[in-house]
Amino acid sequence: MIEVLYFAWVRERIGLPRETVDTNAATVADLVIELKAREDRYAAAFTDLSALRVAVDQKLADFDAPLAGAREIAFFPPMTGG
Amino acid sequence: MQVRVQAAPFDFGAEAGAFAQGHTTAGAIVTFCGVVRDDGPAGLERMEIEHYPGMTERALEQIATQAMDRFALDDCLILHRHGPMRPGETIMMVATAARHRAAAFAAAEFLMDYLKSRAPFWKKEIARDGASWVAAKDQDEAALARWTGED
Repeated sequence: MIEVLYFAWVRERIGLPRETVDTNAATVADLVIELKAREDRYAAAFTDLSALRVAVDQKLADFDAPLAGAREIAFFPPMTGG
Repeated sequence: MQVRVQAAPFDFGAEAGAFAQGHTTAGAIVTFCGVVRDDGPAGLERMEIEHYPGMTERALEQIATQAMDRFALDDCLILHRHGPMRPGETIMMVATAARHRAAAFAAAEFLMDYLKSRAPFWKKEIARDGASWVAAKDQDEAALARWTGED
């Protein structure tokens, strides 16, 4: 089980801020494939991965990052702080 | 070194004054304050800033620690708000204290360049004709590249 969080327009497109996902995905990219297969709203949110960033356990990561031992995955657009 | 993430407004003058107290070895204090700007033709009603509680604090502490080491600072402060705010309100501030001004100025720019695109905040602008998420700019990545030596 893994906690999956969504922020900004990713959250709006999917329609919820977080959910617990039962997955055996090996990498972030594998998890994305599973999520996209669920429903259109997920497919819409993950259409263009170059427009998305990912954090694994609250650290910025790449889409090929392994999920072994990870508890929390977050998907969001490029950050706009400051 | 201090990092604060809060919804409440802050008094920039009071924060800058408090930061400037008690640094007897720092000859230079630099401050920067970001303010909600209304520059759209439709008129901005408010800005809403979303963040990632937990990761936000970690990312800001990491950025502040890097600045302390890289510029040999005496002290630094990052204060960043989230939630709704109106044009003219303060969004965030950084303050740096160093022996000399060159390091204090450079560290303030370093902090700003990093937290623009590496701290998990997202700005949404609510104008009278609709709402939109602020897009990240290529120039923000370019600004970051000058500290990392990348193109």
